[in-house]
This record gives sequence, structure tokens and C-alpha cells, in this order.
Amino acid sequence: MITLHDIHKYYRTGDQPLHVLKGVDLHIREGELVAIMGSSGSGKSTLLNILGVLDSFDRGTYTLAGQAIGNLSETDSARLRNRLLGFVFQSFNLLPFKNAAENVALPLYYQGVGRKERNYRAEKFLDMVGLSDRKTFMPNQLSGGQKQRVAIARALVAGPKVILADEPTGALDSKTTQEIMALLKEIHSRGNTLIIVTHEQDVANQTERQIILKDGMVATSHTQPQAA
Amino acid sequence: MLDGLQEILFTLRQNKLRTLLTAFGVFWGIFMLILLLGAGRGMQNGIWQDFGSDVLDFFIVWTAETSVPYRGMASGRQITFTLADIEAVKQQVSGIRLISAERFAQNGNVNYGRKASNGQILGVPDEYFQVKDDVPFNFGRKVNPLDQDESRKVVLLGKAVADRLFAANEDPVGKEVRVKDVVMKVVGVFYDKGGRGQNSERVLMPISTMQKMYGGGEITDNIWVRPLPGVDPFELEKQVLEVLKRRHDVSPDDRRGINSFNMAMPAQSVNSLFVGITVFIWFVGLGTLMAGIVGISNIMIITVKERTKEIGVRKALGATPFSIVSTLLLESTLVTAVAGYIGLVCGVGLLELVSFTLRKAGVVLPYFLNPEVDFGVAITAIMLLVGVGVLAGLAPAVRAARITPIEAMRAE
Ligand SMILES: Nc1ncnc2c1ncn2[C@@H]1O[C@H](COP(=O)(O)OP(=O)(O)OP(=O)(O)O)[C@@H](O)[C@H]1O
Ligand SMILES: [Mg+2]
Repeated sequence: MITLHDIHKYYRTGDQPLHVLKGVDLHIREGELVAIMGSSGSGKSTLLNILGVLDSFDRGTYTLAGQAIGNLSETDSARLRNRLLGFVFQSFNLLPFKNAAENVALPLYYQGVGRKERNYRAEKFLDMVGLSDRKTFMPNQLSGGQKQRVAIARALVAGPKVILADEPTGALDSKTTQEIMALLKEIHSRGNTLIIVTHEQDVANQTERQIILKDGMVATSHTQPQAA
Repeated sequence: MLDGLQEILFTLRQNKLRTLLTAFGVFWGIFMLILLLGAGRGMQNGIWQDFGSDVLDFFIVWTAETSVPYRGMASGRQITFTLADIEAVKQQVSGIRLISAERFAQNGNVNYGRKASNGQILGVPDEYFQVKDDVPFNFGRKVNPLDQDESRKVVLLGKAVADRLFAANEDPVGKEVRVKDVVMKVVGVFYDKGGRGQNSERVLMPISTMQKMYGGGEITDNIWVRPLPGVDPFELEKQVLEVLKRRHDVSPDDRRGINSFNMAMPAQSVNSLFVGITVFIWFVGLGTLMAGIVGISNIMIITVKERTKEIGVRKALGATPFSIVSTLLLESTLVTAVAGYIGLVCGVGLLELVSFTLRKAGVVLPYFLNPEVDFGVAITAIMLLVGVGVLAGLAPAVRAARITPIEAMRAE
């Protein structure tokens, strides 16, 4: 599903470019559930953003679902994200002036799905994440866990192949973290490829494989013995 | 498309204050511009009004007593023109388009049945009406060459005279009136707004008829001259005066014996006044427009900046740069166009109201009449405002659409 070869990423800040990713090689199969770990500043988010075609990289090759990513136009990237990828962010990134259902329906709007169908599907996914009774709530009327559920519903609504989550439980307490993880695992069990960036070992232990970043490269990539 | 529009209306409602501010800026700009244009036009109309119905490229020559002794003749000699003077000028001076006599009889009564009206009685040839080019003829006809040649007993009544003699539903044309106890047939009614309406108190008859009725031979009080197009009116005036002064032995330095007034003079100053008014209006108007444009541009830039994070999220979810830019532009176009249109309607409405009230109340303001707006100019102004405002927003919108989603989402 995902193949990275010798990926390099520089940030151009100040006088010297910051070399963050220094040759990442990675292969993730379809339907896998993996965790990306590493110390703070090791480049986890940077890597995930590149995987999500949200950011560019400077060297190397990236193939996603058989398609070479590299010099795609912004328009093609947008279409690709819309079709293949779903995102869950630590800070939720819900649009504050849209209610839960409207937020969830947004990816469908950019697919050109009609309003009625959009609403129908958005509500279905809100049901799935357990927010049947919060459909018309605004983001600021929802708890952190509920916001993340809305974000997960939004990531799923357009039927993506890969879900990318950057510290999805980073802003949540441990009980809510467990609930969100249960939800993510359920989504994985339906056949989605799921990549979770986290620094919580608890969370990482619930995945099939842990990829550890160190000094801008993949240090270890081992399969969990007790894969959930 | 409809879906996109709903999305836009939603965003606009979401940002009520910003929408209102933008809208008000555009509304005010257009509104003020319309009022300004209307007031300027009203002033121009008012000034033109004062010029009466005469065409504006004539000069008029008349006589009085000489003020300078000349060729052995003392000053104080009364000069009188005759139709022969007109013939002489016609032959000796080139560049004349029209030349006409105008003879005043003493004021006299015009009677119809038991009604009477007293006023100026003029004898004129048919050329006269080409000087009075713009006089609207409500009824009937003008004096024609046949009236002239046959000295027909026909008259034209000024509107004020006709109103006094005839009932409102009565057609004066064809009726017989008595002028100086001579029965004459009315062939037309004219309205001349010159002299603030006093010129409509006049009664006109063929100059040949006047000669028969009043005697005095072929005398004329005034000579009207219109230059051919392109001929310098002041130069022509000089030549005509030369000929006339020579014929009547009047000193070239005598400014009273033979006197003239050239309409080109006030027309010139009025024209420069108009140019002044127009320049002023455009200056202030363009200033207003510029202010509007700067306002819209600023708001567009702020709008895009404020929404960079939102744009990032939308892009992450699959919004293409095109959909981002077109949504932003459509949004601003919608707001500015609607606001501009409302400004236009309100401005025109207010002008109409003022116009209507003035007419209704019968108020005649000096130098102000019928404020109105050139619709083409107004529409152009709106399009300019909308166009430039939107263009100003285009640059930040494109920039926002081009940066990577992650960069946009990081913005606060
Ligand atoms: N936009 C940016 N401009 C410049 N430097 C950046 C930018 N984003 C990240 N970096 C730098 O790149 C390095 C990797 O950042 P990244 O966010 O990928 O780390 P991370 O592994 O996600 O860390 P954390 O666990 O704290 O989220 C850091 O040193 C960071 O300072
Ligand atoms: Mg991070």
C-alpha cells in the first residue's frame, strides 16, 4: 500500500536548512495497523504529513496505492487525499462554525456528493462513532473525546484506504484514550490501513507493528508479539 | 453550483460583521458617487435652464446713439438698421450660416373675444426660427417663407399669451385674434423659456406683415447672426461690425452706436464652469471609489488571512486550489455586487425623491434642476468597484490556496 524509499526532508528556517528526515525506508501493507514512535522532535509528524500528502519532501520516492507521489500538483494531491486518505489530528481540526454532521460531511462536499446524500452518510458515520445524539452540536459544545470521534467519522466518511492519525489521543485522558483506541481498532478490523503516530507505549502496544524513528531514520520496525 | 452557493451564504452568515462592513463600504461608495453625479447633473441642468431656448452660437447686433464724433458728424446720432444692411453683410462677409432681422413694435394688445393680453409684438423673417432652434412648438407651425412673401396676417402666440386668451381645452391654431385691431390668424403656439419665461409673453408675426401694419419701412432693431460650424464667432462678429459701421459712418471706436453681444462669451465661461464641475465630481467620485476599493481589498486580505487555518483543513479534506479561490472570489463578488446594487438603487431613489418633491412643491432652486444619473457611469462604477476589490482579494486567495495544507493548518 505504502512504500517509502530514501525519503529526505529539510525545513528551511534561519540560515541553515534543518535536515529532519535523513533517508526513511518504509513499507506498509494494505490493512496493516502500525504505530510510529520516537522521541519528541524525531520527525514523526513530519513523516506522517508526507505520508498524508499534506507536505512535500526533498528527496526519495513515495508510492501510495501504486501511484508515485513526488511532483503531483496541488490539485492532484487534493484529489488523492480526498479519495484515498483520512486524517485524525491531535488538535481535531474541526471547523468551529459547522456542527458535527456538517463537519463530517465536508469531504463528501469536495467529492461532489449531493447535500441529501452527504447528510445521510454523515449521520450514519456519527452513529458508528457513537454520537447519534450529538449530530447538531457545534464543536465547542463537545468534549475532547467527542470532538475526536467527530474527526474520526470525518476521516472515514469518504471511504479512504488509509487513515493517518497524529497523536489522536494526545489531548485525551486515559479512559477516553481507551475508547478512541477501541474505535480505531474497530475501524482497522473493517479493512482499513491505519497509521498512528504516538508516544504512548500503551497505545503503541495495541498495534500490529511499531516503527521507531531515531535521528531521522527508521531505527527499528518490529512486529508485536501480542498483536491485538 | 447551487450547493456551492449555499456553502458561501453559510460562510457569509457566519461572518456577519465582516460581511456587513464590506457591504457597507461598497454601498456607501456607490451611494455617494450616485448622489454626487446626480447633484452635478442637477447643477448643469439648472445652469442650462437659464440660457433659454436660443442656440448657443449666435451673436446679436443692435443700434443706439453714437458716442464718438466721426467724419464731421457729431455724436448722439441715432443709428437704425434696415433689411438692406442684412443683405450687405450677407454679401460682404463669409462664414455666416444664418442672419435674421428682429423688429420690435411697441407693446400692444392681443384680443380674442373678450379676453385680452398685452405684450411685446415682434416682426421676424422665417430665418429667425433657425436661431431659435430649440423653441418647442406645442401646436401649429412657424412662420414660413410664404407668410413672409405675401405679408400674410398670421401670428404665433407665446404660450403665456395663448393660455391667457384661450381655454385649456381650446386649440388656438386657426382661431382669429385681433392685434392692434387687425384680425389675424393664429398659426402656432411656442414656448421659449428664455428670460425666465418672459419670452413666452411675446407675439410673433412676419416682419413683412409688421411693415404693412406699423409702417417704418424695412427697419429692424436687431440683427441675429449664426456662424457656420468651425468659424470663429468673435472674428465673424468683428467683420460684421466693420461692415455695419462703415455703412452707417460709425467710428470703429464707437461701442454704443452699433453694439453687439456674442453668446460665445458666456457659453465659454459656462463651458469652463461645467468642465470645472465635472472635474470636481470625478475627482471626489474617484476618491470615493478608491476608498471603497482600498476598503474591500483590506477586508479581502484579512478574510483570507483569518481563514488560512480553515483553508488548510479544507485542503486536507480534499479542497482543490481552484475550489478555494473560486469560493473566496464568489463570496466577495456576491457581497460587493449586491451591496453596490443596493447603493445604486438607494442613490437613484433618493435623487428621484428630491426631484419629485421639488417638482411637486413647485420649488425652483436657482441653479438646480432635475438631478439625474448617467446609468452607464453608475454601472461602470459598480463593476470597477467589484472588479478591483475582487482582484485585490485574488492575490492573497491564490497564495493561501497554493501553500501546503500543513503550513496553512499551522497558521493561527
Ligand atoms: N514548519 C517547520 N519549520 C521548521 N522546523 C520544523 C517545522 N516543523 C517541524 N520542524 C522541526 O522538525 C523537527 C521534527 O518535527 P516533528 O514535528 O516532525 O517532530 P515530532 O516527532 O512530531 O515531535 P513531537 O513528538 O514533539 O510531536 C523538529 O526539530 C522541529 O523543530
Ligand atoms: Mg508531532
